[in-house]
Amino acid sequence: MLIVNEEPLEYDEGMTVADVLKKRNYIWRMLAVWVNGQFVQRGTYDKTPVPDGAEVKVIHQIAGG
Amino acid sequence: MSVTYDYKVRTNYAADVSTLRAAHKTLVEVPFTPSLPERGYTRRTLFVDLSTLTISEKAITQEMIDVFTGGRGFGLYYLWQAVTPGTKWNDPENALIISPGPLAGNTQYAGSGKSLVVTISPETGIPIDCNVGGYFGPLLKFCGFDVLDIRGKAKHDTILVIDGPRGVIRLEEAPEEAPDSHIAAEIFTHMYADDARDMQNVAVVSAGKAAESAYMGCLNFSWWDPKRGAARLKQAGRGGTGTVFRDKKLKALVVRGFRMKTDMNRAADFPVTVQVGKRINDEIRNHDDEQCHMRRQGTAHLVEVMDAYDLLPVHNFQYGKHVDTPKIDSQVWDRRFTQGIPDQCWYGCGMACSKAADGHHVLTGPYKGHIVTVDGPEYENAAGLGSNCGLFDPDWLLEVNFYCDTYGIDTISFGTACAFVMECWEKGILNAERTGGLDLAWGNGASEVELLHQMARGEGFGITVGKGVKYMQDLFIRNGWGDPQLIRDMGMQIKGLEISQYMCKESLAQQGGFALANKGPQHDEAWLIFMDMVNNQIPTFEDKAEALHYFPLFRTWFGLQGLCKLPWNDIEPPDNHEKYPGPEAAKVPEHVENYLKLYTGITGKPLDRKSLIEQSEAVYNFQRVFNLRMGQGDRKNDMPPYRAMGPVTKEEYESRAERYDKQLKEIVGIDPAGKSTEEKMTLQRAWRTDRYNKLVDAVYKRRGWTPDGVPTMETLKKLKIDSPEVVAVVAPHLG
Ligand code: SF4
Repeated sequence: MLIVNEEPLEYDEGMTVADVLKKRNYIWRMLAVWVNGQFVQRGTYDKTPVPDGAEVKVIHQIAGG
Repeated sequence: MSVTYDYKVRTNYAADVSTLRAAHKTLVEVPFTPSLPERGYTRRTLFVDLSTLTISEKAITQEMIDVFTGGRGFGLYYLWQAVTPGTKWNDPENALIISPGPLAGNTQYAGSGKSLVVTISPETGIPIDCNVGGYFGPLLKFCGFDVLDIRGKAKHDTILVIDGPRGVIRLEEAPEEAPDSHIAAEIFTHMYADDARDMQNVAVVSAGKAAESAYMGCLNFSWWDPKRGAARLKQAGRGGTGTVFRDKKLKALVVRGFRMKTDMNRAADFPVTVQVGKRINDEIRNHDDEQCHMRRQGTAHLVEVMDAYDLLPVHNFQYGKHVDTPKIDSQVWDRRFTQGIPDQCWYGCGMACSKAADGHHVLTGPYKGHIVTVDGPEYENAAGLGSNCGLFDPDWLLEVNFYCDTYGIDTISFGTACAFVMECWEKGILNAERTGGLDLAWGNGASEVELLHQMARGEGFGITVGKGVKYMQDLFIRNGWGDPQLIRDMGMQIKGLEISQYMCKESLAQQGGFALANKGPQHDEAWLIFMDMVNNQIPTFEDKAEALHYFPLFRTWFGLQGLCKLPWNDIEPPDNHEKYPGPEAAKVPEHVENYLKLYTGITGKPLDRKSLIEQSEAVYNFQRVFNLRMGQGDRKNDMPPYRAMGPVTKEEYESRAERYDKQLKEIVGIDPAGKSTEEKMTLQRAWRTDRYNKLVDAVYKRRGWTPDGVPTMETLKKLKIDSPEVVAVVAPHLG
């Protein structure tokens, strides 16, 4: 299991950051992602593995109205 | 298949300008000496009394500048002088005040052309403030005035003409022009410009026909778009500014200013303003395409994002997404907007987000068959007039958008009011007999626009809708048309103002953002949904209270200075979130630094992050006391309807049952198994109401207010707004 923004998320074998975002339906293009406190560069999400038990922080840079 | 629309082809309304002008009668004309501001301020107010035909000047004092800064602050200061606690919106003493701030009109920093409109609102009975683009404010300022303060009522349709280059100000009776804004803006621009080159130096404020019967009338501020050869419009939308305007029998305000040059604010340190301006415009140029796409789509880029996160209002805020959203999403508007034209509502704004759909063939009403340019739709229009009313047809959406604007109707209030009556129709609270035959089924675009035509004609059920959700709730309950509790729960208004177009059921902080806003629920005061609900960055009541202290005050500052909020955080340095930890990133610290430099560069006065917030805090608290003075401004006025806080109906609960059940189990600590939906709804309601009240306690404490929401004497003293008049209002509430 992963913890994503303080909420549990079921872990799938071989998950990448991109998979986590997809599973959570985080479609916004301006995200800042940390896996276990390590910042993940945009553009590398589909290549960055997420280990089981990881804590993932996903910040949406969205300003709204 | 993509269709192209010729941005130069539209119906011409200016052919008859000389005949129309010949019918004008000058009521009074006074000479004046134009002057440029010095370090952002002209220190002059133009005062107009329409009842006595007085045109005069007032000096802006240093104390006004020190305490109220400018823009919205000046508006509130003069409004306080104008009214008494008993003043109603349509009393002659109600003032309509327009003020750009000290930073307004600079052409270096993106988003610097805003005017603030302040008046007593017909919808709420308290001050409303609107931040609006278009050229009127800056041109007014460069003629010599920081503020235009209008009082009284004219006998017949009247226009105010401020002609800077000729040094005259006139009130003229103008009997023949159509008041509808797409015509009025075009005609008056042609009428008062000397020649084609002069058109950009003329700006018009108007409100259309429907603003005469509706309480939700808006003001349209124009600017001349030389590429299209069209008068474009931006709206001072909320709270009925246009209603007050038409009630005063104003048909238009026209300013003819001077040809723009750089540094008309006569900045203390002009090169600094150039430097920070370049920084933001470079950032927009380099990163907008990978960030918000504001230059192609404006705020309409948000439609599908809100849908994906269950935040798009659907069917009167019952649901947060809809299967038909792709029919009105940003890709649709990207194709429908004319691209490649810098859509700036003031010079120098690289964000250029004031998009327009050209070549709309009007489908209904008095302008049927005309070809018009529709300003927008912005996100609020697509969501409010569209998804919230179940309307997913872009042509009808443009039609409703066009008529809202030209008739002078606030798209946000109308969208929410229309969604309310459509739900009333669905639930049998309304029927054909009660609506005068109008079928208000979800998605009926023809009926939506017919409500607007009725408002404009001053007849039918449209008049009722135009008076807003609160008025309708009272009426429907009085008439015994439905369950009073249900009508109260699903009517999305707070303080009498309709809630703007974001679902906030799952964001407690945004519930506070809407309900604690001084003027009523408008998202320009606080937009914390993602920070709260998705990013989970402000988990405790204290965290949320801190956000509800800082962000409303920071956003208030734009209204004091005459700035647009969008270039603050609809573009960000690409490494903003990597560089700044936690919620600090949401403040966009490097942009805050830009603003501090811009302020000092123009005014010559030092400003740091703390004193920026204090500037706003003084005005914000003064406005809170103003509400108190008008008989509101305490805790009971800060309560949202339950639809903003949680599921009102069984269908709403069951559509998100998994979420709600989980909350009961994991947060409330009650196992929902075996309980009926009704029982679970009752439990949810108790929990949600309780946490909202806890949030309010925390926010009031953080803001230096009593548990009833009244600023304490210490707070007033700290902010130097403890004048005897202010203290006299507050003292009886402090016990
Ligand atoms: S960002 Fe958009 S709304 Fe704001 S000033 Fe620029 S063009 Fe106008």
